[in-house]
Amino acid sequence: MQGFAGEFSHALSLILNGDAELWSIVFLSLKVSVFAVLISALIGMPVGAALAVARFPGRRALIVLMNALMGFPPVVVGLLVYLMLSRSGPLGVLELLYTPTAMIIAQVVLVTPIVAALTRQVVEMLAEEYSEQLRSLGVSRLASVPVLLWDARLALITALLAGFGRAIAEVGAVIIVGGNINHVTRVMTTTIALETSKGNLALALALGAILIGIAVAVNAMVSAASLRAEREGLRHA
Amino acid sequence: MRDLTFDMTQFLQVRDLVIRRNGQALLDVADLTLDGPGPTLLLGPNGAGKSLLLRCLHGLISPDQGQVVQDGSPLNASHTARQAMVFQQPVLLRRSVSANLDFVLKRQGLARRARKLRIAELLAEGGLESKARQPARSLSGGEAQRLAILRALAMTPETLFLDEPTSALDPSAVQMIERMILRASARGVRIVMVTHDIGQARRLAADIVMMQGGRVVEHGPAKQVLDAPESDASRRYLSGALVT
Repeated sequence: MQGFAGEFSHALSLILNGDAELWSIVFLSLKVSVFAVLISALIGMPVGAALAVARFPGRRALIVLMNALMGFPPVVVGLLVYLMLSRSGPLGVLELLYTPTAMIIAQVVLVTPIVAALTRQVVEMLAEEYSEQLRSLGVSRLASVPVLLWDARLALITALLAGFGRAIAEVGAVIIVGGNINHVTRVMTTTIALETSKGNLALALALGAILIGIAVAVNAMVSAASLRAEREGLRHA
Repeated sequence: MRDLTFDMTQFLQVRDLVIRRNGQALLDVADLTLDGPGPTLLLGPNGAGKSLLLRCLHGLISPDQGQVVQDGSPLNASHTARQAMVFQQPVLLRRSVSANLDFVLKRQGLARRARKLRIAELLAEGGLESKARQPARSLSGGEAQRLAILRALAMTPETLFLDEPTSALDPSAVQMIERMILRASARGVRIVMVTHDIGQARRLAADIVMMQGGRVVEHGPAKQVLDAPESDASRRYLSGALVT
């Protein structure tokens, strides 16, 4: 018990004293996940909105596929991205393996289906309400996409935060494509796994506490965004 | 087969218009011509097909049979671009009051300064000057409907369709909306409006289309339809009988 208390105390001092190694890992984690979520938003939101308003054969199957991709195992995503980026893979020439960029790519693959699926859901409900009015105002289906995305903005923040939550807590894919290289690709989750196995519990605990703090903050923001969206009538109960 | 030759001089014509759902005709209008200056009010009980007819006239619903004809040619995009519609439940964008108006004006290609001036005019017209920056969704029912009408008027339509715009509103809100409608009509906007409020029909209508069971049972000048209805269905409805 004394040992654990000591580790907790050490972990706390690492956080409070601004340990350089600890905070560089935190900043890299945030950088990778924020970039991944931004890229996922650029891809996932228009795709989700287009799926919400477009009508074409196979649309339903695409929606099922997109929903299924939300639960795609991260290690499998890591493996696929690894194969793409490895020297003998189709993108090997870019030499991105074991770089933060590779980790961003893996997280984009994981997060984009979440953003797209949630966007589709939100925009489809809004499109149902707006449909006749937008047609009456002379807005075509295609032109309605940016209108719907903008008007669903508060609810879409929830989708982005959900995506960020998935990205920041992810370990399987980033460890495969990032390699967990010290000062290069070591992020919070991979460091926790490594340091725990080494018995360096203080650093693992400190990162764990920060990760939990981030998760709580993200959830609080999701709740606040949802509440505001409900107040503004963006959500249909 | 009925003769589908249309009179080129008429304003809006409906011939042999049928809309079916599950094999049942919800709307069956053999012949209707709206050519007066208006306002034209579609009057009748719930389920008479008034809103359905309005949506057909605006091109939101394609009929299973027959045609809507405007100015001698089948209703097309250039016709509907000169029309606007206000729905029973106003659908406002999740933006401020002025942004709702700006949305329409921007689509018309107006420059920023012109839009600003026009928005100020419209807000004054609807008595919503003090609400310009307020989220549109936070407006009261009457204010929301006024904004929906202003947004429709921002399109400078030749024809404005209104689907029961004053249902569930208090008398003062109804009065404000009716004044807006009459002012628009006086400026030359052709008003076609659905109501089941006989008093409102008396206050607003130049001509009345009486509907029941998906059919037009009578169409004529408001005074004539209201004071000396020709059809039994009109007489029953106007007498206050519970018509279903």
